[in-house]
Amino acid sequence: MTRPRPHTIHHVTQNGGLYKRPFNEAFEETPMLVAVLTYVGYGVLTLFGYLRDFLRHLRIEKCHRATEREEQKDFVSLYQDFENFYTRNLYMRIRDNWNRPICSVPGARVDIMERQSHDYNWSFKYTGNIIKGVINMGSYNYLGFARNTGACQEAAARVLEQYGVGVCSTRQEIGNLDKHEELEKLVASFLGVEAAMTYGMGFATNSMNIPALVGKGCLILSDELNHASLVLGARLSGATIRIFKHNNMQSLEKLLKDAIVYGQPRTRRPWKKILILVEGIYSMEGSIVRLPEVIALKKKYKAYLYLDEAHSIGALGPTGRGVVDYFGLDPEDVDVMMGTFTKSFGASGGYIGGKKELIDYLRTHSHSAVYATSLSPPVVEQIVTSMKCIMGQDGTTLGKECIQQLAENTRYFRRRLKEMGFIIYGNEDSPVVPLMLYMPAKIGAFGREMLKRNIGVVVVGFPATPIIESRARFCLSAAHTREILDTALKEIDEVGDLLQLKYSRHRLVPLLDRPFDETTYEETED
Amino acid sequence: MATAAEQWVLVEMVQALYEAPAYHLILEGILILWIIRLLFSKTYKLQERSDLTVKEKEELIEEWQPEPLVPPVPKDHPALNYNIVSGPPSHSIVVNGKKCVNFASFNFLGLLDNPRVKAAALASLKKYGVGTCGPRGFYGTFDVHLDLEDRLAKFMKTEEAIIYSYGFATIASAIPAYSKRGDIVFADRAACFAIQKGLQASRSDIKLFKHNDMADLERLLKEQEIEDQKNPRKARVTRRFIVAEGLYVNTGAICPLPELVKLKYKYKARIFLEESLSFGVLGEHGRGVTEHFGINIDDIDLISANMENSLASIGGFCCGRSFVIDHQRLSGQGYCFSASLPPLLAAAAIEALNIMEENPGLFAVLKEKCKRIHKALQGISGLKVVGESFSPALHLQLEESTGSREKDIKLLQEIVNQCMSRSIALTQARYLEKEEKCLPPPSIRVVVTVEQTEEELERAAATIKEVAQAVLL
Repeated sequence: MTRPRPHTIHHVTQNGGLYKRPFNEAFEETPMLVAVLTYVGYGVLTLFGYLRDFLRHLRIEKCHRATEREEQKDFVSLYQDFENFYTRNLYMRIRDNWNRPICSVPGARVDIMERQSHDYNWSFKYTGNIIKGVINMGSYNYLGFARNTGACQEAAARVLEQYGVGVCSTRQEIGNLDKHEELEKLVASFLGVEAAMTYGMGFATNSMNIPALVGKGCLILSDELNHASLVLGARLSGATIRIFKHNNMQSLEKLLKDAIVYGQPRTRRPWKKILILVEGIYSMEGSIVRLPEVIALKKKYKAYLYLDEAHSIGALGPTGRGVVDYFGLDPEDVDVMMGTFTKSFGASGGYIGGKKELIDYLRTHSHSAVYATSLSPPVVEQIVTSMKCIMGQDGTTLGKECIQQLAENTRYFRRRLKEMGFIIYGNEDSPVVPLMLYMPAKIGAFGREMLKRNIGVVVVGFPATPIIESRARFCLSAAHTREILDTALKEIDEVGDLLQLKYSRHRLVPLLDRPFDETTYEETED
Repeated sequence: MATAAEQWVLVEMVQALYEAPAYHLILEGILILWIIRLLFSKTYKLQERSDLTVKEKEELIEEWQPEPLVPPVPKDHPALNYNIVSGPPSHSIVVNGKKCVNFASFNFLGLLDNPRVKAAALASLKKYGVGTCGPRGFYGTFDVHLDLEDRLAKFMKTEEAIIYSYGFATIASAIPAYSKRGDIVFADRAACFAIQKGLQASRSDIKLFKHNDMADLERLLKEQEIEDQKNPRKARVTRRFIVAEGLYVNTGAICPLPELVKLKYKYKARIFLEESLSFGVLGEHGRGVTEHFGINIDDIDLISANMENSLASIGGFCCGRSFVIDHQRLSGQGYCFSASLPPLLAAAAIEALNIMEENPGLFAVLKEKCKRIHKALQGISGLKVVGESFSPALHLQLEESTGSREKDIKLLQEIVNQCMSRSIALTQARYLEKEEKCLPPPSIRVVVTVEQTEEELERAAATIKEVAQAVLL
């Protein structure tokens, strides 16, 4: 049934002085009635799915899917019928909520190309209309660097004129430009580590470097909800993988103890090394990793820590240096600091930072350095300019303002949604805000209703989430002004009433509207 | 009322007890005693061995020493210090401060510093900024991406195309999307590393056939057929794939596509073709090895190529029939879980495609130059040319290896360094020695582009000859 979750926990832990600030994370339990209705919903959809498939088999209903060539009809079929059951019968119904094409900068407001379907989402036609000024709550634009004007764009344009777009070679051959060296020094100083190395794709950074670090005879302890790239990298490495419950330090400690005491299965040889894979912010749950406890465990059991800061770099911490900064810890405690430039820097690519020996080893043994193209020069320039802005090295306070604006937006948005009565998962400080929908019909309805009201949201269902825990996920940005957030909140309130989404049984008492100030105390209303 | 009913039932029960046969009562009694015993006995967990005390466990934890996270890298590791290129890696390239003619970047059609391409990318930058801030499913699909997919599909004359944001990830995500555990893939030994990673991620049965040896492939296919006849039920659900490259990056050889297609229909295996090197190079219009051999493109199930060679952009694409390609939109890992291609790179690729379509003469010119340098590099004492005469990326291998790979690499590096000092930029082909399935011998990569003039080609050949003589003799 539902994943075993304790009742609403507010972890305001101080845990023996490990945490220097309160850690507020909550995952409210699914109400029983809602869970039952969700299962019923899926049951009905499955029945109808079988009916439709049967009708398609009998040729009563037209089959819209592309089919195999005549000449290859006697080959073994490329797809199993059952594999696509979910796609054909559930995903197709609400397919218009995804892959919405846009035609402007993915900033706070975006222009979406209107699509229409006359055959129930099997195919789309573009009407030619553009829905302008849709509030964008779906793009990963945490610090608002997705812009087509300003210092970053001008610098990138200059570099484009000079260098062109392509590189046409790998890092180890002749694709290592002076720009890459400059970027790597800057990334190292930004993170506070000895050295760093950058790669052309964030996904590939994980899938090509984890196999370089661990191999057979090593153990990987990976969080339950890790991203597909971490899972793929772990699988490709050939090491043994063990999974611990999401953000659960007792589960992790038990695995560590058992691993060291009992060694490898069957041969009982000691493990060569143990690598813990965690993420800074988990993008589907909105939770932040319990980094102080993980580091304490890692030091006690002599394991190595690989921290994937794809969503948290730039978005957390008083100076934007990610989850290490947020908890006030030492970056040297994390063995491998990995992150991507896609989210907070408005560019693309990934990086790994750490000690000089680690980076030297990756320079010689990383799959990406040997076989894959390096970053494109204008993209490098965008990262350099945006990073300097965040660090304050460009002479303005723009970076600091963006970081503060994001933190304010996060606190405000989350609080208001909780006051309205929605179930919101995750940590109070995480700019990723999942709002629970649960029922399959509401996934489609929420996406469409919000678009009608000119707000673009992201809805996610199975298989990205457990089957009954579908959700809408809002990604806040420093580019969102208070007015934009208020407009969005008003519409979400309306749609929430319309679709009966206010499941929470623990409404927060509304705060009087005060400016963001940590020393303010709460007043209770009677 | 209730108690009366209870009592009545109780009386019946006691009566039944008296009337029951003895063995029945004894059996029931034993069962009850057994249940009581089970309820109170200790539960055993199979995994936990109860023979280690807490103190012993703590000692074990204290004693365990892991290996260092990474082994130390010797300071003179050949791949540790990269060449630094100042400025764009175009035809005239500045490597480590020295200006050279570029014979090392895969910029076959010279589009890297083409002003039209740059202008298109600039226009896109001014409109969209740099990054897309999201994967394709979540507001990361731009009209430029849809345009590029459309144009690529039209150019290759297939139904549909799908683009990835990184060339390596293209084939490495495409193969596992179709081939799963239990399926069989026949791959060439000299397949590039990206294909190897795709095969590893797919967890399928991999059968390697000798490089470009169709007889060997047929032998493996026949063996599989015999296996199938033994177990027809399993054979009905096992998919088969043949993975080959159009022009092999590791050897410069071309795959014998007509024979492959014949084998495909004979043994009912699907063909996945990797055309990174041959897209924009072979064929009358640059459509690749299918055009070169005049084969119907529908006969190839999936063509995958990266846009980092001829198109001088970043990323990759797969094209084929909608039936095949559409599946990757939900199952291609590098497509679904990764941010989409920055629009300026897509716009650059579209403009590059425009140029390719407007100047089909480019491909004949490139072919000419390849043949010329292939001929000019023959007869260098100590080095042999590996690759087809029309392949734009050739290898120069040592005719006789010294016996140790390290020494070979040092010798070749000496040749490369000396060529560099004479303004010819070359590079050694780099491999991960421990990770490759079939490690190719060390070699120098020579890349031909349309921008190289006749004199430069001649000078390069002459320089390599001189240097090789000096170093190897």
